[in-house]
Amino acid sequence: MALHFELVTPAKLVRSESVHMVVVPGTEGEFGVLEGHAPFMSTVADGAIKVYKTESGMPEEIRITGGFAEVGEKGLTVLAEHVEG
Amino acid sequence: MASLKELKGRINSVKSTQKITKAKQMVAAAKLRKAQAAAESARPYAARLAEVMGSLASKITVSENSPKLLAGTGSDKVHLLVVANSDKGLCGAFNSNIVKAARVKARELEAQGKTVLFYLVGRKGRAALRREFPKQIAHMFDTTDVRDPGFNEAERIADELVAMYEAGKFDVAHLFYSKFRSALLQEPTDQQIIPVPAPKAVVSGDAVTEYEPEEEEILAALLPRYLRTQIFGALLENAASEQGASMTAMDNATRNAGDLIQKLTIQYNRSRQAAITTELIEIIAGAEAL
Repeated sequence: MALHFELVTPAKLVRSESVHMVVVPGTEGEFGVLEGHAPFMSTVADGAIKVYKTESGMPEEIRITGGFAEVGEKGLTVLAEHVEG
Repeated sequence: MASLKELKGRINSVKSTQKITKAKQMVAAAKLRKAQAAAESARPYAARLAEVMGSLASKITVSENSPKLLAGTGSDKVHLLVVANSDKGLCGAFNSNIVKAARVKARELEAQGKTVLFYLVGRKGRAALRREFPKQIAHMFDTTDVRDPGFNEAERIADELVAMYEAGKFDVAHLFYSKFRSALLQEPTDQQIIPVPAPKAVVSGDAVTEYEPEEEEILAALLPRYLRTQIFGALLENAASEQGASMTAMDNATRNAGDLIQKLTIQYNRSRQAAITTELIEIIAGAEAL
């Protein structure tokens, strides 16, 4: 079970990797994306997205602003204008 | 005929000019690689965003209720020309080509009875456009304090443009910049940025995509970002073009300096020889007279 996760900023492709789950702070509430999620688009509130590499591990937090998330057949793509850390 | 000393001075001065142009050429070559890499790494974001805009566009129809950035103000009286130039010279006709394209467009629009305003980015286009259209410069955006115009600058430009647009200062905006084809070829390009040209509709899969919030709202949120990305892309293309143009121009300059040095050296040697010959003749004539 792996979800392909991509984090892209205008300057570069920050992440492109397989992860277990990503929790995204959507403007209308947080949502978690696992593999096989239905196609979905949402704007993302400024805040931290949590990346769970494995099922049990601690999440890695990435702070983003000006984000937009898209879930498609290829996995989850987060477009963000700024990424911290 | 110039004296030997004068010739020597000229040769030396041309030599030091050559050193400068050669150095600038090498700097441009190095920077070009960096600028190209930057343009390359900006592509995924732009491509994804365009995709998303495309799939959104296929879902909604442009109507009066659509965001103004997409639907326009309903008139096209006032045109804003956003002209992106570089801050530094020594890059051949790079800046004047962009300015020329903008000027042609401005004249064309004026002939159609439209009002033309300018929004200048970068230092180099200012003088030329200010001379011709002294009262029509709406704003000059300064990029001299940053090394390479990046996304932050694009963001600021886009925000200012949107603010001006919403205040009703203009109806249509065109962006002028130089598209990077190769180090030898840069194309001055005119691109309409406001209202945002309706993205090409993409039919994506059969799966029904959920939207949160509604399509319209997402679109409204994405339009300014799309604009920023477009401007950012233009700035990057411009940066790469500038370095490419600079490299070519400096290569030519270096070669010309080389030719000039050769010519001057030949002239120098000839006059030196002539001087020696005259001196010898004088000595011999003097000796014979004794």
